[in-house]
Amino acid sequence: MAQMTMIQAITDALRTELKNDENVLVFGEDVGVNGGVFRATDGLQKEFGVDRVFDTPLAESGIGGLAIGLSLTGFRPVPEIQFFGFVYEVMDSISGQLARMSYRSGGVYNAPVTIRSPFGGGVHTPEMHSDSLESLMTAQPGLTVVVPSTPYDAKGLLISSIRDDNPVIFLEHLKLYRSFREEVPEEEYTIPLGKADVKREGKDLTIIAYGLMVHESLKAAEELEKEGHAVEVIDLRTIQPLDIETIIASVKKTGRAIVVQEAQKQAGIAANVVTEITERAILHLEAPVLRVAAPDTVYPFPQAESVWLPNFKDVMETAKKVLEF
Amino acid sequence: MANTTNLDPTKTLHEIEEKFEMFQILNEEGKIVNEAAMPDLTDDELVELMSRMVYTRILDQRSISLNRQGRLGFYAPTAGQEASQLASQFALEKEDWILPGYRDVPQIVWHGLPLEKAFLFSRGHFVGNQVPEGVNVLAPQIIIGAQYIQTAGVALGLQKRGEKAVAVTYTGDGGSSQGDFYEGINFAGAFKSPAIFIVQNNQFAISTPRELQTAAKTIAQKGIAAGLPSVLVDGMDALAVYAVTKQARERAINGEGPTFIETMCYRYGPHTMAGDDPTRYRTSDIDSEWAKKDPLVRFRKFLEDKGLWTEEKENEVIERAKEEIKVAIKKADATPKQKVTELMDNMYKGDMPFNLKEQYEIYKEKESK
Repeated sequence: MAQMTMIQAITDALRTELKNDENVLVFGEDVGVNGGVFRATDGLQKEFGVDRVFDTPLAESGIGGLAIGLSLTGFRPVPEIQFFGFVYEVMDSISGQLARMSYRSGGVYNAPVTIRSPFGGGVHTPEMHSDSLESLMTAQPGLTVVVPSTPYDAKGLLISSIRDDNPVIFLEHLKLYRSFREEVPEEEYTIPLGKADVKREGKDLTIIAYGLMVHESLKAAEELEKEGHAVEVIDLRTIQPLDIETIIASVKKTGRAIVVQEAQKQAGIAANVVTEITERAILHLEAPVLRVAAPDTVYPFPQAESVWLPNFKDVMETAKKVLEF
Repeated sequence: MANTTNLDPTKTLHEIEEKFEMFQILNEEGKIVNEAAMPDLTDDELVELMSRMVYTRILDQRSISLNRQGRLGFYAPTAGQEASQLASQFALEKEDWILPGYRDVPQIVWHGLPLEKAFLFSRGHFVGNQVPEGVNVLAPQIIIGAQYIQTAGVALGLQKRGEKAVAVTYTGDGGSSQGDFYEGINFAGAFKSPAIFIVQNNQFAISTPRELQTAAKTIAQKGIAAGLPSVLVDGMDALAVYAVTKQARERAINGEGPTFIETMCYRYGPHTMAGDDPTRYRTSDIDSEWAKKDPLVRFRKFLEDKGLWTEEKENEVIERAKEEIKVAIKKADATPKQKVTELMDNMYKGDMPFNLKEQYEIYKEKESK
């Protein structure tokens, strides 16, 4: 076992799959000799050669098309979109083409492509780098959308994503890349896609979150425990499809829930979870299911980021409303 | 002090533009004007190419009439573009890939897609897009330009596999204005991949004339900016289209990278059969000017002069086409109606996500009634 940051765990997962399967190709802007702007692909070109790990011209749509074409010739492409804020440039390749490949070819072709991309805020990037645009992906049938919150999960989920025969969007929170280390096995392991993780058990309230917000929720849960509330925290890990079983089992136990997302309230991940809960477990609820989310503006300039982004205090405030309902 | 430099960027532009003369082998009268470039085709092959053009003209006429009877759906007419479409495909081998635009159904049919599947595609049935194994084509692309970037990917894949095969794609004059057009040729150029990018310049993008698409004098010169050897060819001349495509293919499989080809051609019919009226944007003068350049007329003349083509031969091809179209339509008619549950089955490889699984049961129930 080694202590790894999330970025190291991601590199380790890529290395594992480059070793395991000669059809795996890693490419994107600056992923070669530079090892990626966040060093996610550090050393991989040297280890596996320019044929397997390579730089592309600077064009996201072209990267998407390249991935599709390579998958048609039997490869398992793992392209990087340098920042997820640039995803608009590749929307047709993702939503118009990749997500429909199996459907429109009547199952003859499929696209085992895993698109990795850093997203999320709190690190003072320039404009258009930090947006939480995951709901653009979850709204598109055909895509699986994965968001790890820990180094351990990042490795196991990325290996599963690469091995999956369907297109996967793998979103890596910028602030989690180097925020902490944990034990990550050096050998290979997988974590199933579509399965949430109960990070903390409790009987009074369920908090459902993903990405950076898992950590804000855990912090809030600890504070609430001091005040006598036993709070359960669920890390979704995959936001499309949702792990309905785990969510509903928890809500049936606690009778109270809140959903936390870093994205704007109108970006509907949390809304989706709330709807699933009301459709499936309304008679078990003791209180309305509330959301914690960022306000419905475009992502703010860095100077306003700390107030704009939801934090554990916002989570506690909403949790109390539900606990005291 | 001079207020301008002594640099003349206009001169550079004009020099490049003047380089693009239209490559032609067979002129409008059916005479060889470029003997040295005459491709190495046997008499049988010449006859086969003509037969395919005649066949495809009939297919176009029948498709239009079937569409009017409500027996076909989406259809983009092809008459006028036979040399551009079929002679380029004729230069390919079975192992090559074709990534077509929506008007490029004839090429994928001649590359091996059964005709009834082309009809099912037109009708909006998924079986039309289920390409048989070993037929390296994609369903026609609707997003103009998407096929260009995907071609860069297929070509890179072929290159990495060390296969002696090329990826060929088609778009039109309108398509050459898309961002993906540039990204596709630029990527293939940068990776030196075995790709052939063809722009069939049929003069109008629906109604928008070629001169409104770009200030560039030719579309061919756009390839130069991406570092691709680029050709402007008479797209009504089957021999010229065949020769440049064959040369591009040889370059590609020899590891010399992609080629860019502009075929100068014309579509006689409307953009599609969904209500487009070409008289709103084209005059009959332009139509008749292009009719004089017709690819079938000049090739027929050429073959007749060589004693390789007769009226009987032509009628034989026409009858065969009509008969095969009839059979293919019957097969399309006999294909079971598609179900929502079948489409759900095709969404994912492996297990469905829970949400779709639940919805599947609902539609299974609905469709059992």
